[in-house]
Amino acid sequence: MLNVGRPSRPGAVTQGHDLESTYTGNKALNLETPLIFEQGVKGRVGVDMRDPKEVKSRLGGLERNEEVGLPDLSEPQVVRHYVRLSRQNYSIDAGFYPLGSCTMKHNPRINEKAARMKGLGDIHPMQPVSTVQGALALIDDLAHWLKTITGMSAVAMSPAAGAHGELCGIMAIRAAHDAKGEQRTRILVPESAHGTNPATAALCGYKVESVPARADGRMDLDAFEAKLGPDVAGVMLTNPNTCGLFENDVKKIADLIHSVGGYFYCDGANLNAILGRTRPGDLGVDAMHINLHKTFSTPHGGGGPGSGPVVLSDALAPYAPVPFVVEEGGNYSLQEQVEEGAAKSFGRMKTFHGQMGMFIRALAYMLSHGSDGLRQIAEDAVLNANYIRVGLDDLLNSPFEGVCMHEALFDDSTLKDTGVTTLDIAKAMIDEGYHPMTMYFPLVVHGAMLIEPTESETKETLDLFIGSMRHLIEKAQTSNDPEFFVQAPKFAPRKRLDETAAARSPILRWTAPE
Amino acid sequence: MRYMPHTAEERQAMLQKIGVSSIDDLFVDIPEDARLTGLLDLPKHAPEMDVDAKMLAYGAQNLSPSSAPSFLGAGAYRHHVPSVVDHLIQRSEFLTAYTPYQPEISQGTLQALFEFQTQVALITGMDVANASMYDGATACAEAVLMACRATRRKKAILSCNLHPHYREVTDTTVQFTDFSVESLPPSIDGVEDLTADLGKDIACVVVQNPDFFGRLQDLSDLADKCHEVGALLVVVVTEVVSLGAVRSPGDMGADIVVGEGQSIGVPLSYGGPYVGLFATRQKYVRQMPGRLCGETTDQDGTRGFVLTLSTREQHIRREKATSNICTNAGLCSLAFSIHMSLLGEVGFAKLAKLNHSEAAAAADKISAIDGVDVLNETFFNEFTVKLPVPAQDAVEKLAAKGILGGVPVSRLLPNADGFENLLLITVTETNTDDDVDQLVAALKEIANA
Amino acid sequence: MSTKYTKDHEWVTVEGDVATVGISVYAQEQLGDVVFVEVPDMGRELEKGDELAVVESVKAASEVYAPVKGEVVAVNEDLEDKPSLVNEDAQGAGWFAKIKIEDTSDLEDMMDEAAYKEYTEGLS
Repeated sequence: MLNVGRPSRPGAVTQGHDLESTYTGNKALNLETPLIFEQGVKGRVGVDMRDPKEVKSRLGGLERNEEVGLPDLSEPQVVRHYVRLSRQNYSIDAGFYPLGSCTMKHNPRINEKAARMKGLGDIHPMQPVSTVQGALALIDDLAHWLKTITGMSAVAMSPAAGAHGELCGIMAIRAAHDAKGEQRTRILVPESAHGTNPATAALCGYKVESVPARADGRMDLDAFEAKLGPDVAGVMLTNPNTCGLFENDVKKIADLIHSVGGYFYCDGANLNAILGRTRPGDLGVDAMHINLHKTFSTPHGGGGPGSGPVVLSDALAPYAPVPFVVEEGGNYSLQEQVEEGAAKSFGRMKTFHGQMGMFIRALAYMLSHGSDGLRQIAEDAVLNANYIRVGLDDLLNSPFEGVCMHEALFDDSTLKDTGVTTLDIAKAMIDEGYHPMTMYFPLVVHGAMLIEPTESETKETLDLFIGSMRHLIEKAQTSNDPEFFVQAPKFAPRKRLDETAAARSPILRWTAPE
Repeated sequence: MRYMPHTAEERQAMLQKIGVSSIDDLFVDIPEDARLTGLLDLPKHAPEMDVDAKMLAYGAQNLSPSSAPSFLGAGAYRHHVPSVVDHLIQRSEFLTAYTPYQPEISQGTLQALFEFQTQVALITGMDVANASMYDGATACAEAVLMACRATRRKKAILSCNLHPHYREVTDTTVQFTDFSVESLPPSIDGVEDLTADLGKDIACVVVQNPDFFGRLQDLSDLADKCHEVGALLVVVVTEVVSLGAVRSPGDMGADIVVGEGQSIGVPLSYGGPYVGLFATRQKYVRQMPGRLCGETTDQDGTRGFVLTLSTREQHIRREKATSNICTNAGLCSLAFSIHMSLLGEVGFAKLAKLNHSEAAAAADKISAIDGVDVLNETFFNEFTVKLPVPAQDAVEKLAAKGILGGVPVSRLLPNADGFENLLLITVTETNTDDDVDQLVAALKEIANA
Repeated sequence: MSTKYTKDHEWVTVEGDVATVGISVYAQEQLGDVVFVEVPDMGRELEKGDELAVVESVKAASEVYAPVKGEVVAVNEDLEDKPSLVNEDAQGAGWFAKIKIEDTSDLEDMMDEAAYKEYTEGLS
């Protein structure tokens, strides 16, 4: 009988062993990695390069004479470090990421390929314009798509992100008022507004004044009208708003703000919901930023880089920041300097021309979808959100009646007295393999849960998600076991982290041991 | 459509579950006269193959620095990026994650940010750094705002030789605030008196090293003079590779160091996205704008990382926030960090030395051309050349020969007198001897024409 | 002298012509774990209602206003290293600053212990 070789079936499980911990701290595919600074050994290096020529130094006696303190590693070590790190992240590629107001949709890889193409990814911002006609044509074509989608007459391409775009829009408004010699002081915002709105207004010398919401979650038109006056510079309105609802009085809001000589700034964070169904230009908007990293799927990259072009009405277009592309008879040039005049550009917002890498990705995305696909995006995103809304609204309370746009909003009223909070539900979702929804925003809704599924998800994914949420909420409501939730997440690379300790004595860098 | 999964039957079933008869019923809140009935006037959806071809066609119309001798700088620099960098940042878990608001499932991004912050603090010689800004110019503007807040003063002085775009972005950013900026006029001889107006009303002095024309200087005396009157010294670095060879701004007494991190790990990409660096002293940490990652422990006592000090941010402070900025340049800071990890102490120093030696060797050859002068006594890898002809014309002629020969100073400073013939030339490790010889030959021809 | 309270949840005790100021036990409960307190510079002249300090928790930042007009004559430097004092002993070791009172009438419209208790009960 041949009795060598490996066993071919698992042995019986015996009780009483420590099943939780390992010698290394790793758990099979869950691999830990120390800080890069804890790994180096002098003498290793992760790059090769030719030896420098012997020359007379021109550093003027300013040679660095101390070590920087960087660790030395080989290339495979570096690869392993970052591969291990990456595996501690949740991502849209791996699972459902219904983070409200962030539009976590699929990121097509043709966009990544295009951004790295020769002649696109490797060109220098200060090349003679005669050598970058293709790049300028690309920017101009993207501008055409953005203007057509929004029904606006101009677009400032350079802002680097949503908040930067917001700053661009409000600066254009300020510049337009200044050009007319008008000194206005107030900007009106609904109380559900993003925190960036007041921060932006403050940088432009304006004070924000909050307008209350109606019971249906939209801005209170009467309260808005009562606050209007000749000192109001404009209104900043997110539409669809941060509660996932379309501001159905938007045209009246536009008329009212225009009647006092103010401008209408629309926060375009939620543009995904209305692509091809309506155009901000038809709603009376004067300026709106577009988050290319949300609506047009340039990847979020763990928190950036973003890109926030701003579409502008005729009234604000002359104040757009430099630089911008000018096309004349198929020949492209760049206007890089502010030209003096009564109505002139308010200045420059970025070192160079904008987030070109994001422009390339966004245009590839738009070309892939086309006019029909863009409209389908909005329809499927709204369909999916409403599907989740009706799938959960017998267990969770929707604070506002009626259909939603691209995100479903619930409050925590049905969790009252269970000992389980919105945060606990979110952390339990992690154990179920989801990225949690946006929580505690908008602030106007108690214990808010804001769920944005996007158009990327299948019906099967949504059904399973609804089932998981129902399971958790029913458990919270009936099991009388808040401890189960407080311990979540149990299966993530880390348990809940102590944010208080982090903020009380901030440790913001590694320091060499003495 | 390849990106959207629903079939017509599924859509119908979902509408039924929702309790509406058509998709239009979900868009009823849009005012009737603003609803689009037909499609937008744009092409319809396209197969991936067609999109690929279209994007290639855009690229083909540009002269790629990968296939032409290129000596461009002025705030963006061509360097070799190891293949590992682009591979790693394209891993799904980095590329398609959001801001790490759920730390339990975002330790990858968070630990990488913590390491990035440490690297930036180390190379700048500062105590702490943030998780990055949009780019160098926006970081510079934020430094001025921060200095005004930290000192409770309202005025900043900008050096004459700060990158003109940095100055413009700073001017633009502060123009509607209570703060003001005094800019000294650009000067090619580098002589300026930054201390003439330096008094107890000045929040900070902003100076670039190497400066816009490539010159290096010791800023220690300036730092002392700033500190004597309670002002901060802000040092701008646009070519971060220089820090591998040159004494750090922190070592010279800077209070805030801002810079452009593109040179390490980030492709040129026609000007963006890049990665703004921001570092400062420990005592100003709560005044620092932007995102910060900090170390802490989890319920089990295991080390972990979280976004921290978020009370400074606009979500909470609203109009009193340190800045209106929400995002950092996440993926670009990751690319920076991976490239820096590959370089290490030895590689970073050698890369800097290589850049300097290539530039010095090229400068010697260029200054030997009749009628062409290298104006710099000191430089790192970028220097200013005076041509006998307008630099704008020269770069067009060079481009016609397939050489990207430098950046005319007049492109960034069109209204300054006496700068028409000045050309900024950068030489990095990516330039071969043959590249330099081609440039020298072409410049000879232009100078003698 | 007994402790007095403002509607913004500052407390004040007076010894001689110096008022010690902090935030109430109720206020620190509402804020949660305090992580940082920005105290005023010594010698600063404050009007009644000026921003005296900023107290930060992980989730919120709140301004603390000067309940009386006067010069800052002392600040609690222990808070820099131990902001948790505000949670542990809000109306003792967690004090923020001492102000030299210029006008005692500033104290007149403040609440006493009982009135403040009633006021906070009405808030929840």
